[in-house]
Amino acid sequence: MRRRTIRRLKNVAALGLSAAATLIGLAFLGAILWTLFAEGLSGFSVSLFTQMTPPPGSSGGGLLNAIYGSVILTLLGISMGAPVGVLAGTYLAEYGRSSRLSTAVRFINDVLLSAPSIIIGLFAYELVVAPMGHFSAISGALALAIIAMPVIVRTTEDMLTLVPQGMKDASTALGAYPWRTIVSVAYPAARSGMVTGLLLAVARISGESAPLLFTALNNQFWSTNLREPIANLPVVIFTFALSPYQNWQQLAWSAALLITLTILVLSIIARIAVSRLSPGGRRG
Amino acid sequence: MIGAELTSEAERSARHVAGQRLFERLFRGTTLAMAILVLLVLGGVAVSLVHGAWPALSRFKLAFIVRQVWNPVTDEYGALGAIYGTLVTSLIALVFAVPISFGIAVFLTELAPAWLKRPVGVAIELLAAVPSIIFGIWGLFVFAPLLQQYAQPWIIDTLGSIPGIGALFQGPPFGIGVLTAGIVLAIMIIPFISAVMRDVFETVPDVLKESGYGLGATTWEVVWQVVVPYSRAGMVGGIMLGLGRALGETMAVTFVIGNAHDIYASLLAPGTTISATIANEFTEATTALYRSSLIALGALLFLITFSVIAAARLMLLRLGRRALPSA
Repeated sequence: MRRRTIRRLKNVAALGLSAAATLIGLAFLGAILWTLFAEGLSGFSVSLFTQMTPPPGSSGGGLLNAIYGSVILTLLGISMGAPVGVLAGTYLAEYGRSSRLSTAVRFINDVLLSAPSIIIGLFAYELVVAPMGHFSAISGALALAIIAMPVIVRTTEDMLTLVPQGMKDASTALGAYPWRTIVSVAYPAARSGMVTGLLLAVARISGESAPLLFTALNNQFWSTNLREPIANLPVVIFTFALSPYQNWQQLAWSAALLITLTILVLSIIARIAVSRLSPGGRRG
Repeated sequence: MIGAELTSEAERSARHVAGQRLFERLFRGTTLAMAILVLLVLGGVAVSLVHGAWPALSRFKLAFIVRQVWNPVTDEYGALGAIYGTLVTSLIALVFAVPISFGIAVFLTELAPAWLKRPVGVAIELLAAVPSIIFGIWGLFVFAPLLQQYAQPWIIDTLGSIPGIGALFQGPPFGIGVLTAGIVLAIMIIPFISAVMRDVFETVPDVLKESGYGLGATTWEVVWQVVVPYSRAGMVGGIMLGLGRALGETMAVTFVIGNAHDIYASLLAPGTTISATIANEFTEATTALYRSSLIALGALLFLITFSVIAAARLMLLRLGRRALPSA
């Protein structure tokens, strides 16, 4: 009788602790979001989206050039990373499903997926910045592309593997070559999952700052030249948050709120899309 | 007349087949090339790091790893301080993150009602989507002052006076420092570790758990004596994946660690990590040797994280790819 009571108490204590652990995790998410809204929301105004980042010591200013730069870097990164990712994922899922090369590519891709982004930044520096002799938007986009690529390889392969073999067989039976089956049957069937992969990749790279520190750097002015440094939200947050100027710090918080909201919305949309696709594909 | 029509029909279909074949070869070749490109990218990263690090490595030899000096004025560099900071912050992160992640995984798989599972699971995953730099400014402006005001004086008064380990918890409460960086890292890797643990817990066959319940075991006893032994390899894989994240995490650490190259006994003192050093000093590196030393640090980090991540992936690979998290 006493033993049973002890076991029950132990059970309640352990499960209570696990619920507490979950609350701790949720509390940190809540605390971070609360801080971002409390500090960043007051800086949201029209000038935030219409004015350039201010020079040191001046008042006012906005984030227009940084927002533009971030959008450009992210789009360029995705447009370089996505084709490679989709095609490599296609190879893994359709052509070389169980070949030795595919096993190696999958493994290396998983390693790249978790590799520190600052290392990728150093690679882009060595590859583009050092030979060119100066920082440039294009080198930043290259670093982001390399970070986006493994995410897309992974989701593309997973989603293509989910397409029922019967659908592909039907296409083959009609005389279609494999490429035709992939392009006209497998891709459309896996489309929403692949779009989810793209969204997750966009969410991942749009908040990256470490690899941009020594590739795209920053630019106080409006710049559309890809061979020159370009302003971007993460590096602006890094520079402005640690500055002594009050309006710079305010801009940093507003930029932080802006970027976090964008990423959370993208992630949520991506998850909703996946959960509609299939109950088993929850994790995209 | 009819014969001629037939020939042209056959010719057209032969041309069609040839076209299809050519396109098939091109498409297949392109996908293969892109798959190989993935391998080349990782190879390129390794080669470029070694190339960039070569001047520093050939100047300082292996002593680069064991010397604790970082002096841009005299152009003398050694990585020990940064390596120490990287390892210690990551260990602190694991100490906090592993029990909490385990609790979250147990809650999500065994305890939460079905309607709560998904929203809570997604919320924890969203914590992983928050960019590193956001953890950095939150850590510096919100979390570190809280620690400085409430937690650290208490730690110094109680743990600091214990003989032996007390040395780890002495000194003034700076707020920022090695311990703070470790805790912020813990928050960042919790979603990764708990996601892997949850996924491996879900692979435990129901019949095993039901046998436990059938024998009268409590939920906790089933978790501890059935679920955990069954998923041990996966749990270790998940923890190492989290460790890999913590080792390479940059911006959050850069904000809260204090950036000092010295090694202090106290965990409350400022320090630095490999990635924080690179992020802070790379654009300011004036001499070629300085820059090369920073890249050498990057090469070391690559080596450390590559081994940890590779080991983690290999452990998870044995469980089948379904148990792997996507991010």
